[in-house]
Amino acid sequence: MSRTRCTRRLPAAAVAAGLALALAACGGGGATTSADDAAPSAAADQLNPNADLRKQSLTITIWDGYSPKDLPQQVEKKFGFPVKVAIHDTNEMAMAKLTAGPDSGVDVAFVSGQYAQALNEQGLLEPLHPELIPNLANLFPEASQLSYDKGNKFSVPYTWGTTGICYRTDMVKSEPKSWNDILNPPADLKGKVTMMTTERWLALPALKSLGYSINTSDDKQLAEAKDLLLKAKTSLLAYDDTTFGEKLDKGEAAMVEAWDGWCPTTNPKIKFAIPQEGSDLWADTMVVMKSSKNKEAAHEFINYILDPAIHSWVSENILYKVPNKAAMDMLAKNKPDLLEANAPLKMTPADLLKGESIIDLGEASTKYTRLSTEVSASQ
Amino acid sequence: MTTEHDIARPGAATGPLSGRSPRRARVLGRAAARLAFLGPGVGYLIVLLIVPLALLLSYTIFRRGRFGGVVYETTGENFSRLVDPLYLDVFLGSIQTAAITTLAALLLGYPTAYAIARLPRRWKTIALVAVVLPFWTNFLIRVYAWVILLSGPGLVNEALTGIGLIDEPLELLYNQGTIVTGLLYSYLPLMVLPLYAAIERLDPQLREASANLGARPARTFWSVTLPLSMPGVLTGCMFVFVPCLGNFVIPEILGGGRSIMVGNLIRDQFLKARDWPFGATLALAVIAALVVLLFLQAWASRVYGGTGERRA
Amino acid sequence: MRRPGLLYVPFWATYVFLYTPIVVLVVMSFNAGDSPYTFEGASLKWYGELAGDATVRQGLVNTLIVAAGSTVLSTVLGTLLAVGMARYSRSRLLDAFGLLPAVLPDLVLAIALLVFYAAVQMTLGLHSVIMAHVVFGMAFVAAVVRTRLSHADTSLEEASRDLGATPLATFTRITLPTLAPGIVAGALLAFTLSIDEFVIAFFTAAPTEPTLPIVIYSMVRFGVTPEINALATILLAVSFTVVIVAQRMTRLTESFR
Repeated sequence: MSRTRCTRRLPAAAVAAGLALALAACGGGGATTSADDAAPSAAADQLNPNADLRKQSLTITIWDGYSPKDLPQQVEKKFGFPVKVAIHDTNEMAMAKLTAGPDSGVDVAFVSGQYAQALNEQGLLEPLHPELIPNLANLFPEASQLSYDKGNKFSVPYTWGTTGICYRTDMVKSEPKSWNDILNPPADLKGKVTMMTTERWLALPALKSLGYSINTSDDKQLAEAKDLLLKAKTSLLAYDDTTFGEKLDKGEAAMVEAWDGWCPTTNPKIKFAIPQEGSDLWADTMVVMKSSKNKEAAHEFINYILDPAIHSWVSENILYKVPNKAAMDMLAKNKPDLLEANAPLKMTPADLLKGESIIDLGEASTKYTRLSTEVSASQ
Repeated sequence: MTTEHDIARPGAATGPLSGRSPRRARVLGRAAARLAFLGPGVGYLIVLLIVPLALLLSYTIFRRGRFGGVVYETTGENFSRLVDPLYLDVFLGSIQTAAITTLAALLLGYPTAYAIARLPRRWKTIALVAVVLPFWTNFLIRVYAWVILLSGPGLVNEALTGIGLIDEPLELLYNQGTIVTGLLYSYLPLMVLPLYAAIERLDPQLREASANLGARPARTFWSVTLPLSMPGVLTGCMFVFVPCLGNFVIPEILGGGRSIMVGNLIRDQFLKARDWPFGATLALAVIAALVVLLFLQAWASRVYGGTGERRA
Repeated sequence: MRRPGLLYVPFWATYVFLYTPIVVLVVMSFNAGDSPYTFEGASLKWYGELAGDATVRQGLVNTLIVAAGSTVLSTVLGTLLAVGMARYSRSRLLDAFGLLPAVLPDLVLAIALLVFYAAVQMTLGLHSVIMAHVVFGMAFVAAVVRTRLSHADTSLEEASRDLGATPLATFTRITLPTLAPGIVAGALLAFTLSIDEFVIAFFTAAPTEPTLPIVIYSMVRFGVTPEINALATILLAVSFTVVIVAQRMTRLTESFR
């Protein structure tokens, strides 16, 4: 590159760069101050229970296939505000998008409990207004005592369940009983096993098989777990959070780490087992973003979901348990066949509470990030 | 052209500026014009390209924030992590994968481009459009088509078992070979086009001369055609190598998350791990590798460019 | 020339390689069954599904908005830049600078913009994707227009200037008409690149406003559904038409040269 020529243009370039930086700084400054101004007022509980919902609109973000397809139409028909559905494929994607800018445009986000906890720590969530959600009374009492958010102060559980092994009875020689069956499968199942990739669930089988807590932040324990996971990687078909059920259904995989609701037990050849070492109790929750301009509609929406008829309809459509006693009773009464065909749906809160609740670990959660990067990076 | 006459009209010269000191006005006008033409584009690129890149690169010396972003405490940790064998392996592995893909694209693309260049004019256009056409469908869908083809119950296995070559479906998906196939499929047209352009320009008389002088076709190819088409080879290799190195979608969809490339690592630092400083450091490493490559290319094209000049 | 047969083996191999997956996509899009692997009779059912898919529709609308917006901006800025670089500057640094977005890996540009948007606290949306697409769109338009400029005869412009026309008049009356085919080609290129662009949009779009490639990405992530085959077939048909029309138009403009 010709140096003589650049020097001739340097002053102009410098001026332009300075201008750009000044512009950038102005933009930044302006936005931060307005955010600071907004913070205290948003903390004050000033929701109008009689707000005209028809003037609001709601944007939710949720996993694909995790709510009944016609939910937006149903809500709009009932309350008169339009509902827009954005899709995220993992909790991590949802977090990245919800934290990327000052206002993600999302009103209600569906994320797992520990992620709701992390969002709340960042001050991104609106404290819930229970008086606007009378249907909270329909929940199982256990559902308000989950350790990531005791008392449901900023989140309402939408579904709950546990993680286990989902497998093809016709492809495994013996039924899996332990996490070791997936971490170190028999020779004939090599290349027919999948595990999850989202960090906490990636670590879960290893931690549980070693007898450690899934909320551990002990470096030595995590190092042991890493060794196990690296060994397990050699016999995996893939890491999969979204399509393990499909892989099992098609016979591409014989045994997968799965959330109970996405284990396609409607296929009679597929069963779900909770390993003897125990597992987790997870909850996927609904949270209202502090940046939302439609908070009344957001609360109305959450309340609507908790209606027994709606929540049981959700469960029936997505085949996950909902922490709603009235809804589960209704489902048991109206659709006994469905429960018979899908054993995981029959688990009671007492069954679920045997699992260890996943909580956000604050600063220590970076250790899990590191762990999952290391496992996925190893060749 | 009518415009020519418009301008040539004497009246056009008597603008408002032409009254006093036309020369000074001309110089001023030229400076203003330069600002008007270059200002918007250059300004835009400075704000939305240079400043963001500078910002990104500055992040390499800071600590990560717990929820993404950075904490403004300097650290050398990001760079020491970069040479951690774990990440170094991924980085070198990605360069290897990109290089294999580039080589495969060259081996397949060169004869193809050569053959196209020798087709009759009409067929030439059709053959060229046919190379580019798949490129105009969605990139992700093209990648995904290979999932249908290669998965356990997919068509390739079906066909192989059908003709009795294999009994059990092969494990064709989720390995490095699949990733290379996907990359090759996505970027092969980028190799064929510059190669075609370079070969097409060659003077057929040169080949004839070589043949007349008694050189065998292979000799003619190695000592005449190939060196002369070298600029096209270099461009094609760059066009394929660069996007391969930054790719994260193909390893994810066709690699099953088991083998990852540096693109996945970078993506994950921003969208999963929320470790922006380390992601920025990885990006810096990619940029550095590409700069080295660009210099190599510039050097190589100067070497071969000399030969090309003689031709003209 | 001696053994053309041997040469045509890789030639045909290339086309078989390029088109097998596409043929499979198109055939399977008419599958009556749910399986993406076995053909169970012809049907248009997946096209019906696709037509009723609000997410895909929204993605398509967003993509068209982004492509249109970024093409207009890219074309204006890129054309000015090309003329400026060719006529009012001889800086090779500037040349390299103008090409930088075209050679930078899209992932690097994407994260740089993500970091920048976060630093200035900008709310993401379609505008953030448009702004991002202009960065590379402008570079491609500038490159195409410059090629045209370097072939163009400068004597007319010089004559115009010598006769005292202002740079603006010279530009609008002489330069622009000569450049028109190049500008159109550049705009088309910017439009095409924007429509198919995934990585940058993935990082800079708001979660609530995905473009079509982002929608396709999550569809693919959630497994193999025949609906994607139908979408692929439609996209193919559209690009096929565009290619043919563009081909015709090029022939038309060429005859005007």
